[in-house]
Amino acid sequence: MSEQIPPRGRVDPVAVEEASAPTTGETPPDEPRSSAFLRDLMGGSAAISVLAVVLALAVGGVLIALTNEDVQSAAGYFFSRPSDMFQAIWDAVFGAYRALFQGSVYDFRRDTFAAGIRPLTETLTFATPLIAAGLGVALAFRVGLFNIGGRGQMLIAAACAGWVGFSLELPYGVHLFVAVLAGVLGGAVWGGIVGLLKARTGAHEVIVTIMLNFVALYLVSFLLRTPVLQAPGSNNPKTPPMADTAVFPPLLGPAYNVHAGLLFVIAATIYVWYLLGRSSMGFQFRAVGENPNAARVAGINVKNVYVVAMLISGGLVGLAGVSQVLGTITTGFGSGIDAGIGFDAITVALLGRSRPWGVFFAGILFGAFKAGGFSMQAAEGIPVDIVLVVQSLIVLFIAAPPLVRTIFRLPTPGQPAAPRSKKKAVTT
Amino acid sequence: MKLELRGITKRFGSFVANDQISLTVEPGEIHALLGENGAGKSTLMNVLYGLYRAEEGEILLDGTEQHFAGPGDAMNAGIGMVHQHFMLIPVFTVAENVMLGHEKTTFGGRLDLASARKTVLDISARFGFHVDPDALVEDLPVGVQQRVEIIKALSRDAKVLVFDEPTAVLTPQETDELIVIMKQLREAGTSIVFITHKLREVREVADRITIIRLGKVVGEALPTASNKELASLMVGRAVELTVEKEPAVVGAAALVVDNLSVIDIHGQIVVNKVSFEVHSGEILAIAGVQGNGQTELTEALLGLQDRVTGTITLDGKPLTGLSVRKVLDAGVGFVPEDRQEDGLVAEFTIAENLMLDRSTREPFVKAGSLQLATLAEFAEKKVAEFDIRAQGITAHVGRLSGGNQQKVVLARELSRDLRLFVAAQPTRGLDVGSIEFVHTRIVETRDAGTPVIVVSTELDEVVALADRIAVMYRGGIAGIVPGDTPREVLGLMMAGASHAEATGESAVRTA
Repeated sequence: MSEQIPPRGRVDPVAVEEASAPTTGETPPDEPRSSAFLRDLMGGSAAISVLAVVLALAVGGVLIALTNEDVQSAAGYFFSRPSDMFQAIWDAVFGAYRALFQGSVYDFRRDTFAAGIRPLTETLTFATPLIAAGLGVALAFRVGLFNIGGRGQMLIAAACAGWVGFSLELPYGVHLFVAVLAGVLGGAVWGGIVGLLKARTGAHEVIVTIMLNFVALYLVSFLLRTPVLQAPGSNNPKTPPMADTAVFPPLLGPAYNVHAGLLFVIAATIYVWYLLGRSSMGFQFRAVGENPNAARVAGINVKNVYVVAMLISGGLVGLAGVSQVLGTITTGFGSGIDAGIGFDAITVALLGRSRPWGVFFAGILFGAFKAGGFSMQAAEGIPVDIVLVVQSLIVLFIAAPPLVRTIFRLPTPGQPAAPRSKKKAVTT
Repeated sequence: MKLELRGITKRFGSFVANDQISLTVEPGEIHALLGENGAGKSTLMNVLYGLYRAEEGEILLDGTEQHFAGPGDAMNAGIGMVHQHFMLIPVFTVAENVMLGHEKTTFGGRLDLASARKTVLDISARFGFHVDPDALVEDLPVGVQQRVEIIKALSRDAKVLVFDEPTAVLTPQETDELIVIMKQLREAGTSIVFITHKLREVREVADRITIIRLGKVVGEALPTASNKELASLMVGRAVELTVEKEPAVVGAAALVVDNLSVIDIHGQIVVNKVSFEVHSGEILAIAGVQGNGQTELTEALLGLQDRVTGTITLDGKPLTGLSVRKVLDAGVGFVPEDRQEDGLVAEFTIAENLMLDRSTREPFVKAGSLQLATLAEFAEKKVAEFDIRAQGITAHVGRLSGGNQQKVVLARELSRDLRLFVAAQPTRGLDVGSIEFVHTRIVETRDAGTPVIVVSTELDEVVALADRIAVMYRGGIAGIVPGDTPREVLGLMMAGASHAEATGESAVRTA
């Protein structure tokens, strides 16, 4: 049934001639680069990501309005004074998103720039582990693996980095470096187990990662009740605070929470960009991710790729765990240290289309949601859950690109909506 | 029933798949629809079958206009379709498959299998099909499965039967049997539309021939037209149907396969004690009907099969048990039979696909980093050399036509230093123009002194290319015969006869 799909590659010289005639107003064959870029942007999933966010915010606005008490009471006398209700809706939605902005980017109510910009640094602080874990999940995606094990990898990484952080005594710099290394290795091992099991036994990585999440959770919970991780003299399942030598130094001075972990994360983003786009290993990763059969026939050791990719993926997710214990919460941690980041990372990777810089900015967006969500609740009394709803809607819209395309009437990529020059070139 | 299509136009976006196509099929006529892959034959039939809605044009049955909203309407109007890929459920019996979609029930919703069984037996008896209504479809040979499809269509009182590339999956013998069946159906008054791109069958069975190219009717012909005339109409220019090649300059035995067996993941022996040699400078064609172990044999040569016994040596060095990487490094070039599944990464660019099997070392990789400039230069050169028609080297391979995709695979494989070249189904699904190109390249490779193995299920291709022919049947080699062995003998060997039996029988036939 090869002819059911319009054969894109084949040419109809007549159609092309007709189409390239100036009267038809179709794209001329030698279109400038910028318009080709724009078309890719519109047809590709970058636009989908942005529009999914827009749509989710719009639906979130509807929900805010529906649940707002002022709106509800104004709706009671809608027919006598409809303007009241619209005013109430505006106040509720605008107020909510203004609070979100003020909590995540810049707070205009502060007098000084230093105080006003504080929310943005909070956003970056929240974004740091999200980006790291998102990169790990995205890397696995590119190899065709679904890494749901972010939680487990983060917990193991946090335990390793944390143990080094509070129990060893090392000089400044060295201590931090060793702690980071221990955490990343811990995450890598936890991820590598998954790759190894998949390569050796064919076990499905989704099941293995989910199960290893539980193993990691209860292992760390257990260790938190033994002298290995538990703070001496305490009954709480919590570690002692990190040694000062092992903590990420604050980036912008003690007034802000944003810490040097962000630098590691930027470095990780550059590394993943190089790995996937410029390295031989990344080429093999992508080949296996797109078509493992062809990769195998071309002599690529697919099983090895699975193991190595999961090692690196786990290591990157591990960096998120490290950033949590050495940067965000340095006063000792319990078994909730992953804070759901391992799962949010999946969303971040999806929103970032599994591209390193896409993940970077998606991570910052989600960091903003986290930072802004609290101020939204504090300032406007809107439950922080609405932010979670918006986040979930983003995933939903990204998972359904045809829906977004329909709503915004975007062209379907690959469809011969307009005969492009590539079509013209192909004759057999 | 008389079928008329008038001015059918079907567009996909601005691509015109069918452009004002008109066609008349008289009652009791076999009307062949001839065209290359992508010419628009299947689109037209999907319009007829109600799967697509045409933008313009009308469908008439016995002079009355029809409007089909779906295949159900078309079936009710008396149109039946025998699909290229059978629409049967393997774990159901023949009777169950025939009744599927039209299930009759007795009291309490019980399936009336008895009546379905009777239908199968009736139709079988009428046309001499010999189909057991209680057999599971998955146990039946392909040719019989096709008859089940025919029975299914006839059980709905189809007066117009559409055969979509029916011979693609059949042995030459099964094809002959199908032709007999089609003629019987014609005698019984059924109108038949026969879609194909194989010239020989058309001339054997068709009453009239309509040729389609690029979505348009380009000509009508009678079966008396010559192959060359039909081919040039189909392609739009004069084509060379035979491959020009000098006699082989055969050197020493390069590839030696001894007692090779392969066991698949189900524990079945799929290649059974196969031994053969390929000399440098010759083409050994491996003929056989799809599924007789050719796929597994080529995979075993490449190191893709896990459970292999016996030995494979290339230039005296053993290949058995090596990883794919090592086999490739030993100088084996491989064109897999399913290029989209095994040969290419559709989402990769042409350039990336050209380095797919050299992804770890120079010239494309230095110190672990891709050498994008080197790759681009190489890709530009190969695109020109192999005449790959695309927007550029960054075009995604998935968007190319089949012929251009295959050229990418060939360009990649033939640009390494080869000690052996294995091409499995190198022209499957390609149009006549690309077939010419691929065949020329394969012969050039042979002439350069490289031993070549060509696996093909198409007798035409085997006969055109082979210096020697190994016929595979049920995992074994039924015989290795010279390249000029007559088709009939090859056909019989493909059905399991030994060379002696095959020549004996054919002698009786011709006598």
